[in-house]
Amino acid sequence: MDLLYARWQMGLSLAFHIIFAVIGMAMPVMMVAAEVVWIRAGRSEYLDLAKRWARGTAILFAVGAVSGTVLSFELGLLWPTFMESAGPIIGMPFSLEGFAFFLEAIFLGLYLYGWQKLSPWAHAFAGVMVSIGGALSGAFVVTANAWMNTPAGFRLVEGKMVDVDPFAAMFNPAAGAQVVHMLLAAYAAVGVGVAGIHGRLLLRHPADGFHRRAFGIALTVGLLASLLQPLSGDWAARVVARTQPAKLAALEGQFATESYAPLRIGGLPDVEARQTRYALEIPGALSFLAHGDPAAAVTGLNDIPRANWPPVAAVHLAFQVMVAIGGWLTVLALWAAVLWWRGRLFHSRLFLRAMVLSTPLGFVALEAGWTVTELGRQPWIIQGVIRTSEAVTPMPGLGVPFVLFTLIYLALGSVVIVLIRRTVLETVSRGPHR
Amino acid sequence: MIEPVVLLSLVLLLSLTSYALSGGADYGGGLWDLLATGPTADRQRATIAHAVGPVWEANHVWLIVAIVILFTGFPRAYAAVSTYLHVPLVLVLVGIVLRGSAFVFRAYGPDDPRHARFWGRVFAIASTATPFFLGVIVGALTEGRLPASTEGSFATVFIRPWVTPFSLAVGAFALALFGYLAAVYLTLEAHDAHERAAFRLRALLSGVVVGVLAASVLLLSGSEVRFALLASPWAVPLHLATGASALGAFVFLWLARYQLARLAAASQVIFILWGWALAQYPYAIRPHLMLADAAAPVNVQVLLLQILGIGAVVLIPSLLYLFRIFGVRGHHTGGA
Repeated sequence: MDLLYARWQMGLSLAFHIIFAVIGMAMPVMMVAAEVVWIRAGRSEYLDLAKRWARGTAILFAVGAVSGTVLSFELGLLWPTFMESAGPIIGMPFSLEGFAFFLEAIFLGLYLYGWQKLSPWAHAFAGVMVSIGGALSGAFVVTANAWMNTPAGFRLVEGKMVDVDPFAAMFNPAAGAQVVHMLLAAYAAVGVGVAGIHGRLLLRHPADGFHRRAFGIALTVGLLASLLQPLSGDWAARVVARTQPAKLAALEGQFATESYAPLRIGGLPDVEARQTRYALEIPGALSFLAHGDPAAAVTGLNDIPRANWPPVAAVHLAFQVMVAIGGWLTVLALWAAVLWWRGRLFHSRLFLRAMVLSTPLGFVALEAGWTVTELGRQPWIIQGVIRTSEAVTPMPGLGVPFVLFTLIYLALGSVVIVLIRRTVLETVSRGPHR
Repeated sequence: MIEPVVLLSLVLLLSLTSYALSGGADYGGGLWDLLATGPTADRQRATIAHAVGPVWEANHVWLIVAIVILFTGFPRAYAAVSTYLHVPLVLVLVGIVLRGSAFVFRAYGPDDPRHARFWGRVFAIASTATPFFLGVIVGALTEGRLPASTEGSFATVFIRPWVTPFSLAVGAFALALFGYLAAVYLTLEAHDAHERAAFRLRALLSGVVVGVLAASVLLLSGSEVRFALLASPWAVPLHLATGASALGAFVFLWLARYQLARLAAASQVIFILWGWALAQYPYAIRPHLMLADAAAPVNVQVLLLQILGIGAVVLIPSLLYLFRIFGVRGHHTGGA
């Protein structure tokens, strides 16, 4: 029971933090874009836009910073055995992340409080540093997570990890694909989300130049990332196929080991009957996507000991959700490109409505993707090396901190939503910023 | 040639020192927000918010750096601390979360005084509770009552080792010390003479409290810790240095030489921390775990030192830039 509470607490903390972390990564990029247009073209509406976005970002960034602090402690509070062995091996990316986060925090202070104290270019430079710091800290942390999926950089001698090589650990087989996939997901989720919010206001006030500019920048960031995302997803899937066959089998609902394995769209895995029902199957497509050859054999769950199965149905469903949203965002990107080509980007009410409806989808895909990564690795905390159940803290009564942090996150989440609505959106729709 | 583990311990101490001098003072600011009284109370709160606003996120990162050094460089110590001190660590985390969030909720919220008052109160209370529990944790690592295994009842293993008069006294001492440091810093941030006088009075009073609590901590310490704190060869010079700084801070506050008072108070905090660290050395956690036994493999230690060195090259100019722009003495006209 305590193990379950620990997993829920960790999952909840990650799910909560990731929302604010990606906003902290992507918003500065959009703020800088607006600011550069202001400096170069002298159009003060863009300065106004950068300032309004900055207000929201300040709140969201702070919540991201403190929830990230919680995670750096929770690794030890919940999984001390894991950290005792893994700390030295994945400490390098975490130390680098520390510095990246430092840069982010320093230059965010300069950015938020330095409008009058810095020259325009110095101020924009601070924003660039925040963006770089954000992307780097995200990348470093993800390499550590990738190491849990594809552990490298040590030898296992009698259950102990020796001959530690932190570089090999950081550049583990999954690192590249996971980092690229995560960075693109961050820009896609935030860009689409912000575009959706301004899109809603643009539907109400079609002539409003402010929302048009905001919509334009956010849409560009979000949909460019969405357009590239399927490529990185394909890369990530190939890595999973090569390194984590159980995860691949679970996310595809693949029970039998077979050549010409089909790609399943939808469907519900039945673990007892060992088959996935109601799926639309494309013959050979999974073999081709995973191994580049429709005749290639894909390992099914039947050939993996039952004790090493991840929760199949949850992983499969989360994967379907992520892929479906990814596909939809790609369609939106192509649609936007066509509209832009015809000069009708801001005039198609149908497209605006589609964007408004898609506002939260990037974030849903982000959470679903992390569900696939994390649940798909179970029952291992370090794939094939330490089980999650072996790593949990011996402290009893973990239900108490779980409930405590759940309540805190619920409260913070509600306050953030109310504040963003009240202080950012309403001032925007009312008119000039004070 | 100094061993890497010693250098790494030193770097850990340096990041803790930086955290105490910067983040510690931010906590102290929250204490004075809570205790703001008199005709200038609202202005005091505004001054504190202006002083803390642009820098607190960066100051907070020192804690992250310390944690990362701990789990990369001293993984066994990190695992033991987070196992046996789970409860106070959770309390610290709750404090950090509420304090950081409440600060921005107040700063960026609607112009409604009730909203500002509520989140100001949360910020102040969380800022006061957090350093207390941080101090309790340091006290527990020093006192040596943490068990060597998790055998035993919940209270024996997870509560009693840190709910001791000594650890609680260290908690109170940490809170008083950060409050004192903040009050001294704030004399330089004040907007007018009335406000400055208020912070000066607070600095002097909390300085006295720091002295009383330091004496209580010594009285409550066990014989081994007391010996380490008082009788070792380096103890006398360090105590003299601490005493001289404290005296200096008092005199300069009295004479209204605030720049010098700040220098003296910061030195006082540094000497106190280093005195504690020397008393603790070579233990990570008394009495079971030595730093050398808690440490990561040597190649990891060396690599970590190199990364920290390279990181410092990027970090220090950036920090100096931040503090230069917002000035060592505030009056921030900026603000988003």
